[in-house]
Amino acid sequence: MAEMWINMGPQHPMTHGLWNMRIKVDGETITDAEPVIGYLHRGWEKMTEDRRYPQIIPMSDRLCYGSSFTWSHVYCMAVEDLMGIEVPEKAKYIRAMSDELQRIGNHLMWLAAIGPDLGNLTIFLYALREREMFLDLFQSLCGARMTYNYCRIGGVRNDAPPNWDRDLVRTLDYFEKRMNEYEELVDRNKVFRMRMEDLAPLSGKDAVNLGITGPTLRGSGVKYDIRQNDPYEIYDELDWHMCTADEGDTYARYRVRMDEMRMSVQIVRDILKKMPKTGPIRVKPPRNAPVGTGMARMEDPRGESLMYVIGDGTDKPYRLSVRSPLFVILSASPVLLRGNKIADLPSILGMIDVCMGETDR
Amino acid sequence: MEENVTYTVEQVKSKISEAFPAAVKFESKAKPRRLFMTADKGSLFNLCKFMKDQLGFDHCSLVSGVDRCDRMQVVYHISSFSNNITAEIVVDIPRDNPEIDAITPLWEGANWHERETYDMFGIIFKGHPKLERLLLPADYTFFPMRKDCDTGRH
Amino acid sequence: MDLSTYPHAIAMSAKEFVDWSTNVMDDIVKATGVKRALDKVSDPLMNWGVRNSMYPLHFGIACCALEMAACSGPRYDNERLGLVFRSSPRQCDVLLVNGWVTKKLRPSLRRLYEEMPEPKWVIAMGECAISGGPWYDSYNVVQGVDTFIPVDVYIPGCPPRPEALIDGFLRLHQKIKKSKIGTFMDD
Repeated sequence: MAEMWINMGPQHPMTHGLWNMRIKVDGETITDAEPVIGYLHRGWEKMTEDRRYPQIIPMSDRLCYGSSFTWSHVYCMAVEDLMGIEVPEKAKYIRAMSDELQRIGNHLMWLAAIGPDLGNLTIFLYALREREMFLDLFQSLCGARMTYNYCRIGGVRNDAPPNWDRDLVRTLDYFEKRMNEYEELVDRNKVFRMRMEDLAPLSGKDAVNLGITGPTLRGSGVKYDIRQNDPYEIYDELDWHMCTADEGDTYARYRVRMDEMRMSVQIVRDILKKMPKTGPIRVKPPRNAPVGTGMARMEDPRGESLMYVIGDGTDKPYRLSVRSPLFVILSASPVLLRGNKIADLPSILGMIDVCMGETDR
Repeated sequence: MEENVTYTVEQVKSKISEAFPAAVKFESKAKPRRLFMTADKGSLFNLCKFMKDQLGFDHCSLVSGVDRCDRMQVVYHISSFSNNITAEIVVDIPRDNPEIDAITPLWEGANWHERETYDMFGIIFKGHPKLERLLLPADYTFFPMRKDCDTGRH
Repeated sequence: MDLSTYPHAIAMSAKEFVDWSTNVMDDIVKATGVKRALDKVSDPLMNWGVRNSMYPLHFGIACCALEMAACSGPRYDNERLGLVFRSSPRQCDVLLVNGWVTKKLRPSLRRLYEEMPEPKWVIAMGECAISGGPWYDSYNVVQGVDTFIPVDVYIPGCPPRPEALIDGFLRLHQKIKKSKIGTFMDD
C-alpha cells in the first residue's frame, strides 16, 4: 500500500488551534507525524524587550488565553525573584485561589473542546455553562472575562468585592454536584471509554525524557507536581494531594484532569478557611530592575511553565525567555501517534489540550 | 545512578566540583532547591551527561539563547524530579562563530528548544537531528532575537 | 426592443442561442413589468433567508476564538441567529477572522477567502484583526486583515464580549438588508 503525507491544517476543526499536523498514512494507520507550527508566532519575546515591566503583564495574559492568569502569575513571580520583592501574605492566598479557579476554567474549556471531537455534543454545552459561572466570578473580581490584567509585580491589583466569597462558595457547591453528572455522562459512556482506553500508552520514563509535564505526565504514573515538589506561594501550607493515574493511556490523562478539577475545588475551600481577612495586598516595586537574573516556575494547567528574566538596570527587561509546556508536548506528539489509526487522532490530541498561543509565542 | 538516592543542593555542588574542577563555576546566589553555575563550552556535554547519569537530573526544562552584544550565551535549565532541584547553567559562546554541542541526544525534551534557539539567534547546535527553522517561515534570512535586528516597529 | 442587436436566429451555435434567448426573455420580462413584480417577492424573501442563516467558517485563531466559542454556549447562544459553524470554506458565507494574522498564515487565509463561494462577507473580530492590536511592533504580524481581504464589519474589543459578537452579526444583517441579493435576474 502506498504511503502518503496528509496535511491536517492549518484550518481544521479538530486541532484546536492553528498548526499543521502532517501525518504519514499507510491506509488508515499513521506511520509517522510531523507537527508544523509557527502560524501564530508574533515575536513575543522580542516585543517584551521594548516595554516596561508593568506593560508586559497584559501581554503575558495573551500568551495562553485559556489559562491567562497563570501566565501573568509566573511572569510576576519571575520579576519579583529578579527584584527581590516579597509579596504580602494575603496577596499570595488570593493569587493561589485565582490560579485554582483558572485551572477549573481551563479544564472546563478543554472538556468543552474534546466533546464534539469524540461525538459528544452535550458536554460542550454543559461545560461552557459551568465555565460561565467561573467567568462571572472573575468578572466581579477584576472586571474582565478572559484576559484579566489582575496580577501585579508585588501582589494583585485589588481585593475581592464584598460578598464575593459568598458567591464563590455557592458556585463551588453547585459545581461539585454537577461534576458528578458530567462524570456519569462521559465515564459511563461505553463508546467514549472504548475510544480512550488502551490508546497511545506512554511509559513514565519516556515521558520524563521527552520533557512532558503536567497532567500528561501524571497520567503515566510519575508523581511530580510543581505545587508539591517545588512549592511556590502558599501551596506547602494547604491540605491537598496530587492526582495521578498509572495506566499511561489516553483514559488516564482524561481521568487526571477530571480529578484535578475536584482537587482545585478542595484547594479553594481550604484557601478560604486559611486566608488572612485583612492585610496589604500589594507592595510597590521599583521602577528599574537590578542587574541580574530571575526565574520562576509553576504548575500551569497544561504542565510546567517557566519564565527566565534578565535585568540590566533599566526599566525594560534585557531578555525574557518563556518555557511553554505545550511546546514540548507537541514535539513529543509523533511518539504518541505512531501506530494508531486516523480515527484515534481526536482522542490523542484532545487529551493533550492544545493551545497555540503559548506554543508559538 | 542507584535507585532511591536523593541529593541535596550542597551534595550536588560538591560532586560536580569534584568531577569538573576547572570547567564549572558556581555563583554565590543561594535559593532553596536552585543551583546556579557557569560552564565552559567544551565541557558542557560531559557535564550534562554526568548530571543525567550520576545525579538524577532527568528533565530538561528550557534551553534559551541570550545575545550579550560582544558574545552570545546559552542558558540551560535542567531539573531533577527525584531531588527536586533545578540547575541553571550559563555557557558563553563567541558571537562570530556561535556553535555548541546539542544536548538533544541526552534529553529528547530539548529538541524543539534548540531548534527555536537556532531559529531566533542563529546558534548552531552540533549533533542535533534536525536543525531547521521552526517558528518563522523557512525562507526568512534574519535571526530576529539578535540585538542588531530591528523589530519592524510600525 | 432593438431587433438589430439580435443575430439571425438560424445561424447561431448552441451557446449563442442560449445567450440570445436569455436576452430576449430578460427584455420581455423587464418591458412588461413582470420583473418588478417578481423582484418585490424574491428580493425580500431571499434577503431574509440569506441573513438569517449565515454559516461562519470553523476557524479560531487566538483569544477571540474562545469568546466565539463562549458565544456558541448556552448563555449567549448564537445558533438562534441561524449561525451554524461549518468546517469547509465551500459551505460558508461568513469568514470570521478572530485573532492576529501572521505572515505565515496570510497566504492560507487568502486562499480560504477565495475558496468561499459568492455571496460572502468578512467580519474582523478583535483588535488584532482590525489593525494588529497590541502587537503593533511585531516583525511577523500583519497590521490588520483588511490589508489583503475586504472587510464588511469590524468588532472592536480585546477580546470583544460575546454580546459584542452578536451585535456585530446583527449589524451585518443590517448591511445585507440594504444590498440587493435576491433580484430576479441581474439588472
